[in-house]
Amino acid sequence: MENLIYTLHDFMLHTKTITYVLMGVALVSFVGYWKFLTGREEKMRKY
Amino acid sequence: MSHDQKKFWHAGNILTAIILAGGLVLTFLRFYKGIGAVSNLDDNNPWGLWIGFDLMCGVALAAGGYVTSASCYLFGMKHYHSAVRPAITTAFLGYFFVVVALLYDLGHPWRLPYPLVYSQGTTSLLFEVGLCVSLYVSVLFIEWSPAAFEWLGMRKLRNIAVKLTLPLTIMGVVLSTMHQSSLGALFLIAPGKLHPLWYSSFMPVFFFISSMVAGTSMVIFEGTLAHKGLHRMMDETHLKEANGVAFGFAKAASFILAGYFFIKVFDITMDDDWKYLATGYGAIFLVEMFGFVLLPSFLYAIGVREKNLKIVRIASVLGVLGIVVNRFNVSMVAFNWQLPAAERYFPSLMEVGISIFVVTLIITTYRFITTRMPVLFEHPEYKDAH
Repeated sequence: MENLIYTLHDFMLHTKTITYVLMGVALVSFVGYWKFLTGREEKMRKY
Repeated sequence: MSHDQKKFWHAGNILTAIILAGGLVLTFLRFYKGIGAVSNLDDNNPWGLWIGFDLMCGVALAAGGYVTSASCYLFGMKHYHSAVRPAITTAFLGYFFVVVALLYDLGHPWRLPYPLVYSQGTTSLLFEVGLCVSLYVSVLFIEWSPAAFEWLGMRKLRNIAVKLTLPLTIMGVVLSTMHQSSLGALFLIAPGKLHPLWYSSFMPVFFFISSMVAGTSMVIFEGTLAHKGLHRMMDETHLKEANGVAFGFAKAASFILAGYFFIKVFDITMDDDWKYLATGYGAIFLVEMFGFVLLPSFLYAIGVREKNLKIVRIASVLGVLGIVVNRFNVSMVAFNWQLPAAERYFPSLMEVGISIFVVTLIITTYRFITTRMPVLFEHPEYKDAH
């Protein structure tokens, strides 16, 4: 992969692509983690 | 020797007396013979243990003050009220002794006020840190003062200080946001000196976010120690709210730690630092990330889910240690990483001795305050008045 990086643009494209994928993973994971963290709390009654 | 005198000279107090006596000798050496006589600091390594531990860790671990008071007074979480005074006390002592420790580290300690009154380096991050810390020590002193005024029976002064609670809390959050992040920003000037795994243009963000973890973990850790050593000083309200404080702060710490882990991963990705993970420094970095970020995050989460105070307390120890490990790595282990081993910094025994002396001073002062002033209990004359 390193051989394909010649310019700053190549570098940014390479790193940002991975980062954006990981950000998507993180956003989804956070919802799951929050559910895990608060899963056993008593539900607040809203009625 | 009377019975009271015998009771006073138990093992803990004897050890404290020995450390304080040794510390006074080292203090004399430091100020009589100069900084070179007691430290291994040099031109390559002008910042050592006193900055890495006393200042960096001291400031981060004192973050419990702004975290707790903001939760209670700004976000309206009144069920954390009993945790505010102990947290403010710890924060005030933490910051005050950061300034004391700084006097040892400065070549010309008597010039400490220079940046404020003589030569303002307004473009310098150190100026910003100095200004914030000096202002925040004053803010914390006023926030803490009602406990002292109640103890001394100064009702009028106490009422004035209590009325200032809200503006002081807002100031505390603003000042903390600024200088906690600026401590990380200090390292932005040294991209070639700090190892790429720790160097990042987001260091201010990392330092600020990790300070919140330090604050929440420290409140739980300090609560654990207080329950062991100062249980007799706690009133019913404090004892009743203690578990709720621990679980609430554990939940916050768990989520923040998870977020911190992800932004650190983003940083590795953005700078394409993956290749460094397979090196010795990579191993240190991975220990920090998995052992002191992910592990406490999961332990906090499990502790909160299972309502298990023991797990939460273990996680808080890891959280506190994690901050120490991170600040040590940034300021010492990964700093000057390209220098040959012979030119690297390792603290002298006397530097370690002075750091232990400062920590002992904090603990002794904390004990003095909490065994006399209404910190862990409400003063009978001011029940529900604050």
